[in-house]
Amino acid sequence: MIRNFMNFYTEGFRNMRLGRALWKIILLKILFIFLVLKLFFFPDVLKVSYDNDLDRAEHVLRRLTQIDGTVDHTALLPTAK
Amino acid sequence: MIESIDPGQVNWARAQFALTAMYHWIFVPLTLGLSVLCAFFETLYVRTGNIEWKQLAKFWMSLFAVNFAIGVATGIILEFEFGTNWSNYSWMVGDIFGTPLAIEGILAFFLEATFFAVMFFGWDRFSKRMHLFSTWMVALGSNLSALWILIANGWMQNPIGMRFNPDTARFEMLDLWAVVSSRIAISHFTHATSSGFLLASLFVTAVSSWFLLKGRHQIFARRSITVAATFGLLSAMFVAFTGDEHAYITVRTQPMKLAAMEGLYKGKKPTGLIAFGVVNPDKQAGDAGDPFITKIEVPGMLSLLANRKLGTFVAGIDDLVWGNSEHDIVGVDQKIRYGRQAVTSLADFKQARKAGDASSAEAALTKFNQNQEFLGYGYLKKPSDAVPPVSLIFYSFRVMAGLGTFFIMLFALFLIQSARNKLPANRWLLRIGVISVFLGYIAQQAGWIVTEVGRQPWAIQGLLPVSVARSNLDSGTVAVTFFIFLALFVVMLIAEIKIMVKQISLGPEVSKS
Repeated sequence: MIRNFMNFYTEGFRNMRLGRALWKIILLKILFIFLVLKLFFFPDVLKVSYDNDLDRAEHVLRRLTQIDGTVDHTALLPTAK
Repeated sequence: MIESIDPGQVNWARAQFALTAMYHWIFVPLTLGLSVLCAFFETLYVRTGNIEWKQLAKFWMSLFAVNFAIGVATGIILEFEFGTNWSNYSWMVGDIFGTPLAIEGILAFFLEATFFAVMFFGWDRFSKRMHLFSTWMVALGSNLSALWILIANGWMQNPIGMRFNPDTARFEMLDLWAVVSSRIAISHFTHATSSGFLLASLFVTAVSSWFLLKGRHQIFARRSITVAATFGLLSAMFVAFTGDEHAYITVRTQPMKLAAMEGLYKGKKPTGLIAFGVVNPDKQAGDAGDPFITKIEVPGMLSLLANRKLGTFVAGIDDLVWGNSEHDIVGVDQKIRYGRQAVTSLADFKQARKAGDASSAEAALTKFNQNQEFLGYGYLKKPSDAVPPVSLIFYSFRVMAGLGTFFIMLFALFLIQSARNKLPANRWLLRIGVISVFLGYIAQQAGWIVTEVGRQPWAIQGLLPVSVARSNLDSGTVAVTFFIFLALFVVMLIAEIKIMVKQISLGPEVSKS
């Protein structure tokens, strides 16, 4: 059964025409995404910056408890009112 | 610390996410729709035993494979962006998104990976019925993947079934069923998948029209058009129906988005629908200026669509920003006060926890819980910050809805001409058929602009604005990756178009997986 299963896939791949080009594209793309983009450009910021979840939570809480400046309630007050 | 945050970063991060999501959405709707159409063509083959339907199914499957191969894994980049550019947001929603995305991953892997191989390699190795079952499973798997992603998106538009844990700064799932069965999530799913069916029908119609214009594969093309136009007409009508339902839900969950879609500043009853309008670019929320330079309005229609009742009130931007006591609308100005109270209580809670003062922590938490639903408003600087870009949403909505109406008429025309056996002679209709696939893509993108730009400034509606959801990075880093993506996506798109055009030119006789 395992042999049949393996044969099914190997023969399938061997007989591909269009599929070969498509698999090359898929593999190239996945290699680029994981080996270039992920490694060099897309670190998980909180994982890289902090060792544990407690510190990560602390970082986010610090941001959540900051308010940027004061509220300008007079800005663009409705002239009709 | 807050002084070091680069304000330009949020715009670059948004631009990058929009670019990636828009690129990703070039492939997704065609995958959703073409998988179903392939299954439908194969069903016709199994039912009739006619080998020409098999040939037809195999040809469209080869184009489905091209689209799938170029599109696959582009969604992974979005996940990278969450961790890098939107780390606060990622941390906060991890518990909510974990479940739907894990289900999506498992379903997609098992359904698609297992049955994909049978669909492409198994024509001569499996019985007709087993092969057909596999093709339907691929279609089902693709569409179920979309369901879980859209459930996650629906939660961001209408966060329910959860609670905020002030110790961990995370939203925690309380009721999975509430999240899964959210009206906005279901409405998103039905609208998005049916629009994918519509796009696939346009795609099949366009390629088949091109064959007819070139005088190639006449019978094949006419059969394809008959099936695609029928499927497309039904899908386009369903898209209109689900779109109406979606707008009805939006009025109740995101009224600001609907007001922006209609360029409605001052609510009134009855409220008319703007069939055509040129937005006044100088108009600001709260001023006395006219929202439109020119417009054609259908009286009372918006009241009917928004509330299913003529003569009813529909809230405008000014009502939502500054409140309207007559209609019990709490304005953003008031919500900002509640939000600031929530932020202050959260800070007090944190402080008391650190000091080990349990009673003060309890009191702060009680206060926080009273205002928790307005948390996100606490970070806005002024009430009008809650207003999304009106012009972009207004025009995008009209492009989407206008094209949707056009597609209904187009498919009806194709069906009539097909029934009268006059398709090959109608070269003007065939030319429109070829062009319309591009209009289909424009309508798709316009729809997502309405959905996503329409919920600005929120990453999570009412709870977390994008300015707080982002990471503390400098804009230069994000700008660099934006341009890397732009180059990568252009190259991949050119590759897809080239392979797709080559495969189409080969025609149905030589299509082989």
